[in-house]
Amino acid sequence: MISRFVCVFLSLLFLSSPVWAHEEKSEHLTISHPWSRATAPSQKVGAVFMTIKTNGNRSDRLIGAQSPDAETVQIHNHTMDNGVMRMRRVDAVTIPADGEAVLAPGGFHIMLIGLKAPLFEETVIPLTLVFEKAGKVEIEAVVEAAGARQATGATKPMMDGKPDGQHGGHNR
Amino acid sequence: MNRKLPIIVVTFVVVVFAFGAWLNLRVAEPPENTPVGGMVVNVNIGGPFDLIDHTGARMKDESLRGKYALIYFGYTFCPDVCPTELGEIAVALDELGEAGEQVTPVMITIDPERDTPEVLAEYVPLFHDRLVGLTGTDAEIKDVAEKYRVFYRRFEDPSFTFYLMDHTSFVYLIDPKGAVASMFRYGTLPEDMADAIRQHMRARADS
Repeated sequence: MISRFVCVFLSLLFLSSPVWAHEEKSEHLTISHPWSRATAPSQKVGAVFMTIKTNGNRSDRLIGAQSPDAETVQIHNHTMDNGVMRMRRVDAVTIPADGEAVLAPGGFHIMLIGLKAPLFEETVIPLTLVFEKAGKVEIEAVVEAAGARQATGATKPMMDGKPDGQHGGHNR
Repeated sequence: MNRKLPIIVVTFVVVVFAFGAWLNLRVAEPPENTPVGGMVVNVNIGGPFDLIDHTGARMKDESLRGKYALIYFGYTFCPDVCPTELGEIAVALDELGEAGEQVTPVMITIDPERDTPEVLAEYVPLFHDRLVGLTGTDAEIKDVAEKYRVFYRRFEDPSFTFYLMDHTSFVYLIDPKGAVASMFRYGTLPEDMADAIRQHMRARADS
């Protein structure tokens, strides 16, 4: 009986506080600070950013994602050519062994297409990431302000002025 | 004499071209120790526009006169680059403090088909309470984009039920007289943008 109360209390705590969603560790991967930005009601797309680290000498590839909040979820990358920003779909993001892939504004991101409702600040978006080796990993992305440059909980800036995704990850 | 004439003509043409090229290079070269920040811009960028703001009222470039303006060309369907730039403009204005009130932030859409005044009205307050959203007809947007040398093109992915836009991502600093004073590249830190604006304001106050 007591354990049930503890369970309910803990789940409420987790649900009410998005801070808890800031790091997701699985055996082989650590996903830090998944975050997104608030959208206007007319905006039907959103982007999710995060840092994915491999724990150890096994590389992996992010090959897909799903979310109940969007009709379609895809992996996208931005490239800049002569000042022209181009956003394109990619098949995968490689996370090198003993390394990390940074999904950040101006580079790789997870695109939420056909948002079912606007994203409101301080709410969370449930996401299932699909990795080639690690399989499915459930995460929750925190929705920050519309003009946020990085997750508020992040210790270092994710935006470093390199819009071409030179962050360690690379698409096929 | 007749034989020499073509040589003289050719020499004359070459000299004229070389002089022209030298003049051009001279003009394009940024002055040393330039007192102002941001990118040095060609004088023939920018120009008048007559568009519709997010409240549905017509707005001309003239109404921005007397104050500085930061103009960004983007679109509301853009999930990544445009919110980043608009967020940086907002931070730069905050960074400027009181001086920031002398700068009007403006977003001109390059996607007028979807970005109606109503759509812009929902979007602009998410970034800054003074951000002005501007839209217009295809022809009006094409005209203003050409004046600011903005490239934009519709991109359709078969896996989408809608389209995206490829576009140049610069922020333009307009001075109180309506001239483009500076351009900022994508990725310019808000602090650097604020610094550059401060320098422009100081240079203007000194002159």
